[in-house]
Formats: sequence, structure tokens, C-alpha cells
Amino acid sequence: MSDTADGMDPAVKQTSAELATGVDTDTILQTEGLTKRFGGLTAIDDVDFGVEAGELRCLIGPNGAGKSTLLNLVTGALSPSEGEVYFEGHEITGLDPHERIRHGLSIKFQVPSVYEDLTVRENVRLPIQRLAAGSERDERMADALSASGLSAKADVTASALSHGEQQQLEIGMAASLDPDLLLLDEPVAGLSVDERTEIADRITQLNAERDIAFVVIEHDTDFVAEIADHITVLHQGETFREGSIEEIEADPEVQRIYLGGETDA
Amino acid sequence: MAIGLDLLVQFFPNFASIVLAATGLAIIFGIMGVINLAHGEFIMVGAFSTSLAYNGGIPFLPIDALPGLSRLIGAMLFAALVTALFGLLVERTIISGAVPNWISERTLGRPVVTPLYDRLLDSMVATWGLSLIMVQTFRNVFGNSLSGVPIPFGELSYGNSSIGLYQVLLAGVAAFVLIALYLVFVRTDYGMRARATIQNESMAQSLGVNTERTYMATFALGSGLAGLTGALYTPLLSIEPGLGSVFLVDAFVAVVVGGSSVVVGTLLSGGLLGIVDTLFSNVYGTFAGRIALLIVAIVLIRFIPQGLSSLVERLRERRLEVD
Repeated sequence: MSDTADGMDPAVKQTSAELATGVDTDTILQTEGLTKRFGGLTAIDDVDFGVEAGELRCLIGPNGAGKSTLLNLVTGALSPSEGEVYFEGHEITGLDPHERIRHGLSIKFQVPSVYEDLTVRENVRLPIQRLAAGSERDERMADALSASGLSAKADVTASALSHGEQQQLEIGMAASLDPDLLLLDEPVAGLSVDERTEIADRITQLNAERDIAFVVIEHDTDFVAEIADHITVLHQGETFREGSIEEIEADPEVQRIYLGGETDA
Repeated sequence: MAIGLDLLVQFFPNFASIVLAATGLAIIFGIMGVINLAHGEFIMVGAFSTSLAYNGGIPFLPIDALPGLSRLIGAMLFAALVTALFGLLVERTIISGAVPNWISERTLGRPVVTPLYDRLLDSMVATWGLSLIMVQTFRNVFGNSLSGVPIPFGELSYGNSSIGLYQVLLAGVAAFVLIALYLVFVRTDYGMRARATIQNESMAQSLGVNTERTYMATFALGSGLAGLTGALYTPLLSIEPGLGSVFLVDAFVAVVVGGSSVVVGTLLSGGLLGIVDTLFSNVYGTFAGRIALLIVAIVLIRFIPQGLSSLVERLRERRLEVD
């Protein structure tokens, strides 16, 4: 892996978009030497992963590459064996998950994790109640319902929603925290083409209108091509490639790891 | 007619006793997955605190100087607060292990205690140990009994019988506690956080909920309710270190029969078990009442293992499907 992009100094690491435009953007998320070992298995190996403000990044890689582990290390669901995580200039490595969320990070898990026993309105209330009270809370809840496209189903129990609607609700809940960076773990897995388009529109809209940066783990290359500014390929716990969708698609080494030329981690 | 009235009046104290004994245990079990076998001893803390406060046993706290009923109410509220704070101490040291872990991380560089949340059997063993320590400590410190507290309000006469008005009023307090808990869990921000934490803790954290603080508040609330129960029953009991065990059996049976929903489950099990206890105690005597209570509980657990509140849940789902 001598040609990996993470060999660069994080301070000078730039996205291809930056290189093209020369615009200096701020790094909001940076991991340094991040390593996670489970017994004898190294799931994440010395990863330096940076995300710029307002960027829409996709994280891809074969099964077992360490994508979800990396996200869980960033959100604090897992503690790293070594290395640090910085968010907006502050080290957040030792913080609890809920403290990281309060710094402006937000996550949507791989499995839809809405509260099925609560109504859609109550689901939306949970992230907002800490941030606002009274009429401001009502307004923000109405905005979140509308952004999720679920205003008409506000009083329905979340268990009665379709899989796609649950995914939309969860993205709406995560976005209602007013994050600077939203991490999405396979948001369109198991969805129909229409539902996928709906989610893609939702992501690009939130990115454009509210300047939320995204890191999206996804296997669906069409979906990745539709939304991503920039792609990071993980393989065997290491950063394998970084680049635009065209660069990644044209890279024979990336095709080789996806077709099983090497043993997966 | 007279028998019907008699049974109805007798039902109130039985209902109150089961509901008040069970709510604190149900909250801690339902939200934290912790079975607190020291629940009876938390009730004992409430009763002892009430007795001490009422009889002037607490230095620098002149509750015993308050006039009339305010002396008793002041002592009871003080007892509930003391038990809630005691619960908080137990949660930080034994249940969550936060205090021993804070020390071990600074001395050994790693945590040594895994929290007891959602570890039913482990939590039973730990809290059973705590209950033994508490009973013996109270016996050593306070002796075998403390002075009691007079029963307020006098007698209520009906037909040829009479019952303490205070015992009937306790049913009103039990109903008030259930309504208040319903409002807390449905209307307040804490209630939302607690319900979210029960269903999916990591999701709650990812939405910014400090689940550790939610657990602390929940254990303090459950403990405070146990303390309130002890306080309310101080006028009716002899204040001795073993008094908690009487409540624990009723509370345990009511929680198991009621199921996971704190308010609905406790209301239904308190109602049903109260009726069974009243009927059999009146007709065949107290011992038969206890036996009947346990038989009904066994039969219900056999046929509705998820508890009575699951029946309500099923009915609600069926209605949603029809809609």
C-alpha cells in the first residue's frame, strides 16, 4: 500500500476538488494514526482520514474492509487501540458518544434505528428537545417532519412506516441535530430504486442548503456516483485510494480488490 | 350488599400496598434492566427516615417542631428525598460502577467494574448482597426497632364495620403516583429520554442523549418512590430492620405479572392482585389470600409470560391494523 493517499501529511492533504479550484476549505474531521484491534485482528490500521467542511464523501470498500468500524471509532461507539480523532480542531478521542454529537457530529446507523414504539412526531422530538423549547421546538419539529417528507404521518407509530420511510425519518432525526458532519452507514441498503432516489435527493439537498458535510458508506456504485464529491476506498483496514468517482472507477487495483484478487480483512 | 361494600373498602388498602410497593421496582427494572432485590430495604430507609425526622432524631432538622399534619408530611417528603439520594449513591457505586471505575482508571489505568444495566441475574446477586448489608447495618446502628408515628385521620365507619381513613386515602395516593408517572413518561423531556434509552441505548446516545444521566435519574426516581412507600407506611408498621421483606414479595409479583410497561402494568397487576387478595383474605383469611395471590401470579405468568401490559399492547396493535 505504498501509494496510499493517507501517506500525506494531514495538514496539507487536499481533496481533488480543492486541487482543481485552489479553494482552501477547512478540515472538520481528521483521524490520526487511528488503529483498532479486536484480539489478533487489526480492523483499522493506522488510518489518517480527513473530511472537509461541506464535503460529500463516500467511503467504499469490500466487506470487512473496516468501514463501519471507522465510523464507530469516529462516533465513539468503539474506542481506538491507538490514534486520535479531531473534530473541528478539538480532540474528541476520549469523549462519550453523546458528547461528540453535541460537538456537531451526527450518525445514521446501518440498521434502521428509529423508535418503533414511538410516533413519528415523538421520534423527531427526541433530538430537538435538548436544543429548543416552546414554540421554537414546535417549529423545528415541523421543519424536521417536513424535511423527512413525513408531515402527513406525524402521529403514526414508527413501526407502521415502510423501510424507506424509516430511513428517511432517521436521516431527518440526525439532520435535526444541526450537525456539521453527518455519517450515514449504508442508507439505501434494501431500498427500491424510487426510495434510493428519494434518499439521494434528501442528502444532496441537506448538503447544498444546510452545508452539512457527509460521509456515506455505500456499496451501490450508481448511488455513490450520484452523490459523492470524493471517494475514499478502504481495504484491509487501511486507506487504499482517494479520488473522484472517475479516478476510482478507472483504477484497476480497486477493481482487483473488489473482485477478490486479495484476501479480505 | 354489606359484604360487597366491605370488599370494596378492603380493596383500597390492598391495591395501594401493591401499587406503591411495585412502582419503584418496576421503573428500575423496566428502564435499566436491573432487578433491585434491595428494594424492600430502600422502603426501609424511607420508613426509618420518616420515623427519625418525625420524632426529632435528625440533628439540625426541626421537622418535629412543625405543627399538626405538616410535621408528618414534612417527615415523609424528607424520607423520599433521603432515599432518592441514597439510591443515587448506590447507582454510582454498585449499579454503574462509575465511582470504583473513576478510582481504578486513575490507579490501575483501566475500569474494573462493568455496569449492571441489563444484567438481570448479576444485578439480583449484587442487590441481594446489598440488602443483607443494609439490614444488618441498620440493626447495628438503630437497634431492633424505632419509635413509630401515629396514624392520622382516625376511622371511617360504614355499616357495622370501620377502617382507618388513612389506609383508604393511600389508594388515592397510589392512583396519584400512577397518573404522575404517566405524565412524567409521556409529557416530559426526561420521559422521552427514558423511553428512548429503554428501546435503543446507542441510538439515544447518537441523538445526543446522556444515557448515563438518564440511568442516574431513573434509579433516583425509583429509589425515591420506594422511600415514599416506606414513608407512607410508617404510621402502619413497626419500624424494624426487616420491614422491607414484606413489600418485596408483593412488589416482585406485581412487576412480573404487570409486564414491561411501568404505569399500565402496575395499574393492571395492582388492580387484579388487589381484587384476588381482598376476596380470598376476607372469605378464607389472610393466609389463603397470600396463597391465592401467588397461584394467580403463577397461572398468569404461565399463560401471559410478557405480563398484563402486553395484552394492552396487543389490543392496541390490533386496533391500528383495523384502522
